[in-house]
Amino acid sequence: MTPMPFGPKAAVIEVQETALLAVRSIRGAFRRPFYFRDILIQMDHIGVGSLTIIMLTGFSTGAVLTLQSSAAMSRFGAVGLTGSLVSVVLVRELGPVLSALLVAGRAGSGMASELGSMQVTEQVNAMRALGTDPIKKLVVPRLFATVTMQPLLTIVADATGIVGGLAVAVGMLQISANLYLSSAWNGLNYYDVLGGLIKPIVFGAIIAVVSCRCGMRTEGGTQGIGRSTTQAVVVSSVLILVTDFFLTRLILLYTS
Amino acid sequence: MKASEDRSSDRTPASAAPLLELRRVSKYYGDSRVLNDVSFELYRGETKIILGGSGSGKSTMLKLMMGLERPDEGQVLIEGVDVTTASERDLNLLRPRIGMVFQESALFDSLSVFENVAYRLYERNMDEEEIEDRVERILGFVGLKEAINQMPSELSGGMKRRVSLARALAFQPKAMLYDEPTAGLDPITSRKINELIIRLRDTDDVSSVFVTHRLRDAFTLASQYAAEADGQVRFVREDGTFCIAHTRFVMLHEGGIIFEGPDEVLRKSTDPYIQKFIA
Repeated sequence: MTPMPFGPKAAVIEVQETALLAVRSIRGAFRRPFYFRDILIQMDHIGVGSLTIIMLTGFSTGAVLTLQSSAAMSRFGAVGLTGSLVSVVLVRELGPVLSALLVAGRAGSGMASELGSMQVTEQVNAMRALGTDPIKKLVVPRLFATVTMQPLLTIVADATGIVGGLAVAVGMLQISANLYLSSAWNGLNYYDVLGGLIKPIVFGAIIAVVSCRCGMRTEGGTQGIGRSTTQAVVVSSVLILVTDFFLTRLILLYTS
Repeated sequence: MKASEDRSSDRTPASAAPLLELRRVSKYYGDSRVLNDVSFELYRGETKIILGGSGSGKSTMLKLMMGLERPDEGQVLIEGVDVTTASERDLNLLRPRIGMVFQESALFDSLSVFENVAYRLYERNMDEEEIEDRVERILGFVGLKEAINQMPSELSGGMKRRVSLARALAFQPKAMLYDEPTAGLDPITSRKINELIIRLRDTDDVSSVFVTHRLRDAFTLASQYAAEADGQVRFVREDGTFCIAHTRFVMLHEGGIIFEGPDEVLRKSTDPYIQKFIA
């Protein structure tokens, strides 16, 4: 049983345990038995299930971004470049980060509370008693599903964001659709897209590992489940934001 | 379930290694010592009833036997194999030889009764027809055939306990561990569960460890036996002519074993804690 994370020693142990879980689940992903059904269920839950909220967020973010940036651009007489600005900001930064934060809130909390209640009601122990490795059965499918779905969700967020921007540009700012779209297209280069797809893979891994770890270490009944769920969302969100800074720095270093 | 043979024969413990063994085991949670230098053996055909108050380390003992937790000192052996140092992977191969019924049933609540009982069989890639056949047979044994398609949330506490029993039996374990299987159940439902456990012991020859703090259940187990005649199972109270020799009591107190022996000796014990406990 792990103590609650107070003090430096507990923090170090927690980091170690989380890293260990990550290593074990990556190793477990390549060893039999494989739980394809569970992977599909999780992909459906995390990917398809998050689609609506991702599209909504993407659309409104793109729309707001267009409003704000066109106002700023008009000061320099460069309204025509609004599309570029929107697409670059979305693809590089807002798409990956916002969809990761949303998935952390939606799927990460779900993972932590589900695994947490399984832990508290001894279902995890029952699983072990029946000879199943809970890391393979519970953690690996969630990790795999999040890592594969997160980039796809990010692409959806980027695309709906650009469409949202288009709606505002055409409907409210009298920018022609042609100008907006060609500017958006020209603004992006290969590395923007590549960087924008590496980020969600890393974020997805963070969400799954942190949330599963929070769920698996739950103790103390219903209250404990609530605590784990909150922790999962807070810790993965903070980690996403911090990692984003360093990832951006790395990607810029290697691409410019 | 295989049919019973003459139950008086073949009841002596095999001289081979015990099915389960704890060797001078100690276990700590944080700074508090839950088990203190405990040694324990379970041989084939034996039933051991672990008695003790709350927090005496009963459940911890079961978890150690199952290899779900590792001891801080001492060794745990399953069929002579030391599990203290075994990897989680090897443990997963060993654990299914022993069935365990958890305190609160611990059924997988996202799976139906059928899927719960069939869980281990699917893991082993057994033939679909064979799985259905076996699950039906086992659910018939615990008397829950009609609940086969229900979800755990639709079941009563006693039914859940029986499904949990069925799930543990599905892979035909050599030993069963019961963690307070009757806790929180009414006397009639408890009686049903106890009868199933007695039947398993007497007609199917499953060794078992039964953890409880309810004396009534413990003495039921020690004083009754199942007799099968004309396909009917009857439960007979021991009448002095017949002694259920291989059901023994183990009394835990503050992390240590303070008594081990048959029920008549337990009743006559002069230890003040035991006297208070069985009074």
